[in-house]
Amino acid sequence: MTGQLLFFAFLAAVTIVCGIAMILADNPVRSALYLVLVLFSVALLFLTLHAVFIAAVQIIVYAGAIMVLFIFVIMLLNLGTPERIVDRLKPQQALGPVLGVVFVILLAFIISSLPTGRQQPLSNTLTGPYEIGMSLFTANWIFPFEIVSILLLVAAVGAVMLAKKRI
Amino acid sequence: MPIPLDYYLILSAALFTIGVVGVLIKRNPIVIFMCVELMLNAVNLTFVAFSRYHNDIGGQMMVIFVMAVAAAEVAVGLGILVSIFRNRASINVDEIDLMKG
Repeated sequence: MTGQLLFFAFLAAVTIVCGIAMILADNPVRSALYLVLVLFSVALLFLTLHAVFIAAVQIIVYAGAIMVLFIFVIMLLNLGTPERIVDRLKPQQALGPVLGVVFVILLAFIISSLPTGRQQPLSNTLTGPYEIGMSLFTANWIFPFEIVSILLLVAAVGAVMLAKKRI
Repeated sequence: MPIPLDYYLILSAALFTIGVVGVLIKRNPIVIFMCVELMLNAVNLTFVAFSRYHNDIGGQMMVIFVMAVAAAEVAVGLGILVSIFRNRASINVDEIDLMKG
């Protein structure tokens, strides 16, 4: 019981610290590596929620494919050097973090006062590929699945259109 | 006793806010994209937490669709970045004001 809570606290601390380090890092490559850490710990949080398949997809798609894309573009555009842009001192740079802290505190108050439902999970089954597949391909989700496949096709064509020098 | 649902919700609220603050204070569009990914992940965490605590698999379906849309968004966004960089040789977001009236 306390073991679960300790593990959750550890994961939450890693996630928050790496997230803050990500937005404080000057070097985009470091930001990307901190983001990988955040994604891995969110995948572990999915595991604590018994969502096995989602955790695996999180690691494969986010920490694998999307991060490779990011690193590749950083390399391609030679953005690995730290930002040396001298910003005009914008109010958002000072106000943003302060308002962020206020926002988190407000949200925490609201969440803890809401009746968010059960404090106990209803069942203890794992959600593996079988359950996901049964729900995705037989029940109500087959139509959104087809739509998403069209969206991915459009995005692939669009990305090539945008990035190519001459069509 | 399992972990209360509120803990997951507060954690994902904090993650989401970190993403928002990152979008506000960073000037490098790639890092801004990473912050958007962070926000999407925070929302995914909320979906999965609700899915488990209410025993409804719909939340996890939504997470799969969010991931697909995030992948599409990153591909198109980075394509736009590459083409901006090719035309202007600078990708500070403050200098990209072509559509400003």
